[in-house]
This record gives sequence, C-alpha cells and structure tokens, in this order.
Amino acid sequence: MFLEVLSLFPAGIINGLMFGAIYALVALGLTLIYGVLHIINFAHGAMLMLAMYMAYFLFKILNIDPYVAILIVTPAGFVFGYTIYRWGIGKLSGGRDQNILLITLGLSIILENSALVFFTGDQQTISLAYSYEAFDLGFLYLSYPKVISFVASLAICLLLWMLMTLTDLGKAIRAVAKQREGARLVGIDVEHVFAVTFGIGVACLGAAGCMLLPIFYVDPYTGNIFVIVAFTIVVLGGMGSIVGALLGGFIIGITESVGGLILGESLGQVGISLIFILILIFRPTGIFGSKV
Amino acid sequence: MTFSPKTVLLILFGLFSAALAPVVISSKFQLDVLTLIFFTAYIGQSWNILGGYAGQFSFGGVMFFGTGAYTSSILLTSFGVPPIIGIFAAIFMGAFLGLIVGYLSFRSGLRGSYFALITLAFAELLRVLANSVEFTGGGVGLFLTYAPGLHNLQFNSPTGFYYFSLVLLVISLAIAMWLERSRFGAQLVAIRENEDAAEALGIDTLKCKVYAIMIMGGMGGAAGTFYAQKYLYIDPPISYSIALSVEMLLVTIVGGMGTVFGPLVGSFFLHTVNEFARHFIDTPGVSLIVYGFILILIISFLPNGLVGLFRKKRKKKDDNDA
Repeated sequence: MFLEVLSLFPAGIINGLMFGAIYALVALGLTLIYGVLHIINFAHGAMLMLAMYMAYFLFKILNIDPYVAILIVTPAGFVFGYTIYRWGIGKLSGGRDQNILLITLGLSIILENSALVFFTGDQQTISLAYSYEAFDLGFLYLSYPKVISFVASLAICLLLWMLMTLTDLGKAIRAVAKQREGARLVGIDVEHVFAVTFGIGVACLGAAGCMLLPIFYVDPYTGNIFVIVAFTIVVLGGMGSIVGALLGGFIIGITESVGGLILGESLGQVGISLIFILILIFRPTGIFGSKV
Repeated sequence: MTFSPKTVLLILFGLFSAALAPVVISSKFQLDVLTLIFFTAYIGQSWNILGGYAGQFSFGGVMFFGTGAYTSSILLTSFGVPPIIGIFAAIFMGAFLGLIVGYLSFRSGLRGSYFALITLAFAELLRVLANSVEFTGGGVGLFLTYAPGLHNLQFNSPTGFYYFSLVLLVISLAIAMWLERSRFGAQLVAIRENEDAAEALGIDTLKCKVYAIMIMGGMGGAAGTFYAQKYLYIDPPISYSIALSVEMLLVTIVGGMGTVFGPLVGSFFLHTVNEFARHFIDTPGVSLIVYGFILILIISFLPNGLVGLFRKKRKKKDDNDA
C-alpha cells in the first residue's frame, strides 16, 4: 500500500508543478499589489473569476481559443484594474489597511453576485479539440492544456520579472514601493504608479484565468477556491516577493497534489489552510521575505 | 457611558414592545423575519465585541457558530444530551476555540488584515475537517429529529423561536452595555485606538484580546445551537459558511462598530433592504450586490455607521440648542 502510494509520487509532483505555475501567476498579482501599495486585495479571487468568464464567452461566442484569448483578457484586466483603483479603491480608502480589506471585500461581494445574476450559478467548462491529447511520460500522461499553461505561466512570470528589473516603469514601481515620499519628490506620479501596479496585478489574473479555463470549471464562486491558496502562497513566499510567489506556487501546488494522494481529495485541502496558519504564526515574513 | 433616564425608558419601552410583538403580529412570516433580524443582530454583536470594541476584525467569525452547532448536535444525536444542556457545552466549546485561535494569533502579534485572514483560514480548516471526519456526519451532515419542548430548545410555533432569539439578543445587548461601563471594555477600546500606547500604559493587551475573542466564541457557540434546533439540519458548508462570517461583520459595520445598538440597527436596516430588493427583483444575488455597495459606502463615508449618523445629528442639535 505504502509503496503503491510512493510510486505515484513523481506523477503527483509533476501534476503539482503544473497547477503550481498557475497558482504562482494568481499569487504574483496579489504579491505585487501588496508589495507596492501595501494593501490586500480581497477581491482578487472574484476578479480571477471574471477573467475566466471573459475567456469563456470569448470561446463560446467568438470561438477564440483560451490561449489566444490571453492577448485580449490580459490587457482588459489591466484596464479594469487601473480604472477600479484610480477612480475607486484609491479614492475611497481612508488609510487604514482594514478599510481597504473591507472595501475589496465589498467589491468581491458585488462582483460575485453580479456574476450570479448575469451568468447564473451553473458551472461552465469548455473542451478544446486538443483537450484530451497528452504527452506520454511513461509513468504519467500530461495533457496538452496543462503543459501549455505551465510553459505560458512561466513565460509570463519571466516577462513580469523583466518588466520590473529592466524597464523605467519597473524602476519607478520599485522606487514607489521602497519610498513613496522620496519617489514623489523626484517627480514620479505616485498615484499613477499605484494604479499601474494594481492594473498589472489584475492583468496577471487575466492571463491566469485564460489558462485555468481549459483545466478547471468556472462559476461565480470559483474565485473563493483560489483566494486562500493565493494568500497562502503570498505569505509563504513573503509579501511582495516575485521569486517567492513563484516558489510558493510550486510548493503549494505540490503539497496539494501529493497531500491529496496521501490523505484523499477532501482532507488534502487541509494542508493549504494549515500551512497558511503555521506560516503566519511562526514566520509571518515568509520564507523569502525580508523583515516587514 | 452612563445611561440617562431617557435612555433607560427607551430601552424598557423597546423590551416591552418586543415582548408583546407576537400578540400583535399574527403573520408567521413576519415573526420569522423578526426572529432572523434578532438572530443576525445577536451574532453581529458577537463580532462587535472583538471587531467593534477591540478593533480586531475577523473574517472567520463563523467558526464559533459552526463549532457550537456541531457540539450540541453531536451531544444530542450521539449521547442523547438535551440541547438545553448542550447549549452550554456549545458556549464552552466556542469560547475554548476562541482561546486557542486568539492565543495563537495574538501571541504572534498578528494584527489588522493578517488577523482577519488567519481567522478565515481557521474557519476553512474547520470546514474541511468537518467534511472529512466521521463523527460530524461528514459531507452528509447531521439531521436532528423534531421533538418540540423547552428541553430540546425546539418550539412548535414561530413564537417560541421568536422569544428564544429575543432572549439571545437581550443577553448580547447586556454584554455590550456592560462593556461600555466596565474597565475591561475601556481597555478594549484603548487597544483599538492605539495598541502600543495601551501596552505602554500597562494593559495586558494579549489577555484582553483573548478574553474578547472568548466572549465572541461563547456567543457564537450558542448561536450555533439556536440554528441547529431551528432548522434541524447542519452540514459543513452551512456551519462554516463564509457568507455568515461576512453577514456578522456587515450588520455591525453598517449599524455602527463599537456601539451597543449598532448590530441591531444594521440588522434591521439590511433585512429591510433585503425584503425590498426581493419585492422588486426576485433574483438571487441582487440584495447581496446592494449589500456590497452599502458596505463600501459606509466604510468610505460613514465609518461610525448608521448609529453614528444619528448621533452626529443629535450632537448638532444639542450644539444649536446651546
């Protein structure tokens, strides 16, 4: 029995890596927003759900492949995020971080229930022509969608890292994250940078939503599943750390998949909440985070 | 805060009319709505103790409710313990869970959003556990038998549950009034306003916060028993629903955090909004969209809630009189 489970480990780990890359992308948006704006976006899951619906309708109505839809949904996510921060959250938040948490909670309630009203509560899935084709690794079949999602997620993480380190915009964002008053003094439009950062964070969700759709389902509450996961990854990797989010995503993806093998599907979910609680209690700065 | 004779009279009048309401209201539906309003106000008050007075927002307040519901229901179904005793076990378990969660999170210095999120994670953890272990009935849930009687805390008419909810509500209001007048309550407010300063003044902030979450837990536990005996069925998604965690903070924030009557006012207001919304557009989700907007508006423009609005007006009037 034990050996049987053990022999499933490599497959579990690779499956976990595939999901972990998408988790990382979701968490990346959250950690970026936290790192620069020092706010927690509780509506992150609801926004991911919206992105998935957008990809879903693009596929159903215009017959656009979800992986191509990345090119549409990601910019749409940026515009949505920029707008909602610049003329919404940013204006309404009166400073205390709990207020932002509650405002974004209100936002998530609005988004979720609007989806319920307009798209109904039915679970939607799509199937692509190549959904059931797979690479044969000998001990495991890896479906094309999973592999494409994995590679694309990594590519987007790399792009984001390049944006943050190599461009002037990235420099401005990092400057604002470190010292917002100082950044203001040297002529950086801080409010604009905040909104851009929020926009980039939501754009990550746009991409993640497109990649999740072929391998998951969407309904108005799909986002909830990913919220706790994303928060766990972010605290695990350290709030604001891009590399941390990536590694955290892999760790959580593997934990979930291997935990599911050992403890069963239902109890396997305990692992994520448990990691979240333990990290917050014993090492709130995360594994890769510097001191807050 | 001391109570002026006018306030005392008002409270007595409120109690009196609430006690007589079932005589006047013959509609079962209306009585049920009132019961629900009182119940939500009660559970909102439990959130208010820790969130409103001590300033520690929890996003997982439902964990005490669920644990209480399971405690008394398991005691009843597996051991035949009548819920009138079970409710005290539920209170104890709720408070005990509060002790564990509070001690673990406050000892490691979690504040603000971090505390809110860790309570959410605890609630999720308990939901998954309740779903996976045997003695909670797992995903199937627990069915309770219908056997009206005071010892079962079940009643054959809505009037009985109405009075049950009224008793809970009055107890919660009494706890809040006691907080406003006691040294402990003042310490909680000091922690809310400035935790470091409170610590510097010699307040044992850890102990105060843990006591507050234990009171919240005990109150939530009793709420769980109430729910289980009224609806006779619980399962993990009901017992640890995020929606209830949100509802208890919603009514309190809308009504007014850190006030005695805030949760009650908020509960009345939101249930009225709900009935109106249902009257005009009967689609699930519509009233929640309205709730979301109300929450955002209140946080942004009315941080003291509806009660604060009333107070501000009264203060202005007093100023004019003087």
